[in-house]
Amino acid sequence: MYKILLCLRYLRTRYIALASIISVMLGVATMIVVNSVMAGFSNEMRDRLHGFLADIVVEARSMDGIVDARRQMALVEDAAGEYIYAMTPVVEVPGMITYKDPITRETLTQPVTLVGIDPVGKSNVGPLRSCLDSYNPVLEGGVVVREALRGADEVLGWELTQTAAEYRKWRVEEDRQLLREEGLISPLEDPAGTPTTAPSEQPIPVPDFDDGPIEAPTELVESGAPGVDEAPDLNDVFNDRPAAQRDPSEPFAARVYLGEQITSYQTRDPKTGAISKVSFVHPGDDIILTTVQAATPPQPISINATVVDIFRSGMSEYDGNLVLMNIEQLQEQRGMIAEDGDAITSIQIKLHDYADAEIVEQKLKAAFPPGLVSVKTWEEKQGLLLSAVEVETAILNVLLFMIIAVAGFGILAIFFMIVVEKTRDIGILKSLGASSGGVMSIFLSYGLGLGIVGSAAGVGIGLLFVRYINEIEDVLSMLTGRKVFDQEVYLFKEIPTQTNISMVFWVALGAIAIAVLASVMPARRASRLHPVRALRYE
Amino acid sequence: MRNEILTMNTPLISAQAIEKSYAKGQMKVPVLRGAGLTAQRGELVSVIGQSGSGKSTLLHVMGLLDSPDNGEVMLDGRRIDNLSPAARDQLRNHVFGFIFQFYHLLPELTLLENVMAPLMIRHSFLGFWRQRKQVRTQAQEILQQVGLDHRMKHRPSELSGGEMQRGAIARALIAKPEILLADEPTGNLDASTGREIMDTLIRLNEDSKLTIVMVTHDEAVAQQAHRIVRLAEGRIATLGHEEAA
Repeated sequence: MYKILLCLRYLRTRYIALASIISVMLGVATMIVVNSVMAGFSNEMRDRLHGFLADIVVEARSMDGIVDARRQMALVEDAAGEYIYAMTPVVEVPGMITYKDPITRETLTQPVTLVGIDPVGKSNVGPLRSCLDSYNPVLEGGVVVREALRGADEVLGWELTQTAAEYRKWRVEEDRQLLREEGLISPLEDPAGTPTTAPSEQPIPVPDFDDGPIEAPTELVESGAPGVDEAPDLNDVFNDRPAAQRDPSEPFAARVYLGEQITSYQTRDPKTGAISKVSFVHPGDDIILTTVQAATPPQPISINATVVDIFRSGMSEYDGNLVLMNIEQLQEQRGMIAEDGDAITSIQIKLHDYADAEIVEQKLKAAFPPGLVSVKTWEEKQGLLLSAVEVETAILNVLLFMIIAVAGFGILAIFFMIVVEKTRDIGILKSLGASSGGVMSIFLSYGLGLGIVGSAAGVGIGLLFVRYINEIEDVLSMLTGRKVFDQEVYLFKEIPTQTNISMVFWVALGAIAIAVLASVMPARRASRLHPVRALRYE
Repeated sequence: MRNEILTMNTPLISAQAIEKSYAKGQMKVPVLRGAGLTAQRGELVSVIGQSGSGKSTLLHVMGLLDSPDNGEVMLDGRRIDNLSPAARDQLRNHVFGFIFQFYHLLPELTLLENVMAPLMIRHSFLGFWRQRKQVRTQAQEILQQVGLDHRMKHRPSELSGGEMQRGAIARALIAKPEILLADEPTGNLDASTGREIMDTLIRLNEDSKLTIVMVTHDEAVAQQAHRIVRLAEGRIATLGHEEAA
């Protein structure tokens, strides 16, 4: 009884103990906040990675793909049909994108991954609609600045939105105006689609492409004038088509959803710190895609394509790399269409329950001839990234636990001081018949008390912080006049958090254990004090 | 009456041929060199001597706060100095009551809690909880006896020296000890307060037949005991009943 009474009294009257409580509290709170935010981020990241990859991907080992999508999918269906919710064929090849800076009119080329999809099928295996610009309102600082351009129930397809079509018309007109001003076409040579430039025997130098609209080379090609750099390739591209005159405001047959970060970048105003996005390509613009044909040796091909939409998954791995294209066009251009069935490079599969992934993976591996395809879950495909995040979290936890360990050493030092200060009281207690164990347990329970109070306060503060983290961020942003968490940078609307009850429990328990461990040494010292020497201690 | 007590055969407590030395650096400093002391049930014995004569050490050895290097301490004819630590703790709690020169109340506790402390130590948490009301009443009664019932909620730092010493006596009494060991109980008090404390002790001895062994260096205080034992350099100098002599 006296142990508890004295322990409580010491807790209440020793203000120095408050220092240990605060250090334990801060350690616990930091660990909870950091873990929650890390878990939130990694969860969000997993969601996004997962979303775009589907649950399981069956991939051909060769870029040339495997023939007959329908037969392969039937094979998958036979092997593990009961687990599968949906699947879609995909053609995935590396390529390049060439687009034009609308201001300087320079052409820019970048490496990308071309992914041929069927939008409806793709949306069945993962979220697509929520990533496309035209289906979602545009927000700026939490205010809707543009409503969604398409209704949520509109079927996914490759049609331009009204806005994009109008933009395209305007763009074509602008380009023509520019050409006219530069004397490259005479006003009489209008309207659309007429060969605009020099005769074929006089190749147009590179800058001319730069100055012309992207359609221009195509038109040249269509009229059989290999006038520009890209002309030979483009010639190939459109060789198998009737060289009909086409309306430049009419989009190309190849349509793409363009990853947001491929053709845009962010700038930060050095004065205000505000971040703004600069986009080179908008829906309705044309681009050139370059890739290789499915043949040996692979022949480079270039494809004229019209951007239908911009997609934004939130993962820069995807947004800065993927160009989603209508699969039949990609197959056609790459020569993957054959009589015995169109070739594909992979099949994306969504399961009813991701828990079955391993079984399905095994079944599919067995179903396909060895060496032909690789079957991977999305986690295996993104294994490096995911394990990097895990390692990061683990290291962070170790470092943060050090903070609590430091708090433990603080407790140790403070307790030694308190034991010295209480030496005479220890003598008194012993003279009244208190055992050494009893004296020891006063200080052990004192440590326990400190740990419990510190942990409880830390858990409380940590959870409150996590709960109101976005409000706190708002206040901090207001005070500093600069966005602390800029959603433009992180691509999150708000700071994602996920609090794991067992994590909170272990953190609190760990902190309490450290507080008790730190008090063992001082408590033993107290219990070993000789009563007479303790009583004489001044 | 005193003669009757003196003629009782087995002394309640006796320390025989106690030797004790302390290590001071490399040197061994002897404090007790064969000193001994007995007290009969109900006797009030004072031990007097110069500073460093070993009188406090003798008291500590008798009260099991310290162990002798040589010699024996007997309680009611049974040897107690070689008992296990747990048994020694029990004896200190049940049999001995201590009063110190510097009162030694616990500063974090109120006077009432200080007085209850020996019973808190004696009982387990649950045991104490069950009889907490009884213990509280008991402590209040004892504080009333020593005239401190108006000071129960005060911390020791808010009390005067005399009040603290009376509080310490109350604390020693609540455990219903058989022997009260007082180490210079008046040493830190002015003459009149010291007299009050002595009156209290004498009254306890006379009314409750409490055996008291008191260490002092004050001749006048020592004279109030039944018997005086003089210590010099760790040995008994004079043994006798000076009051009677």
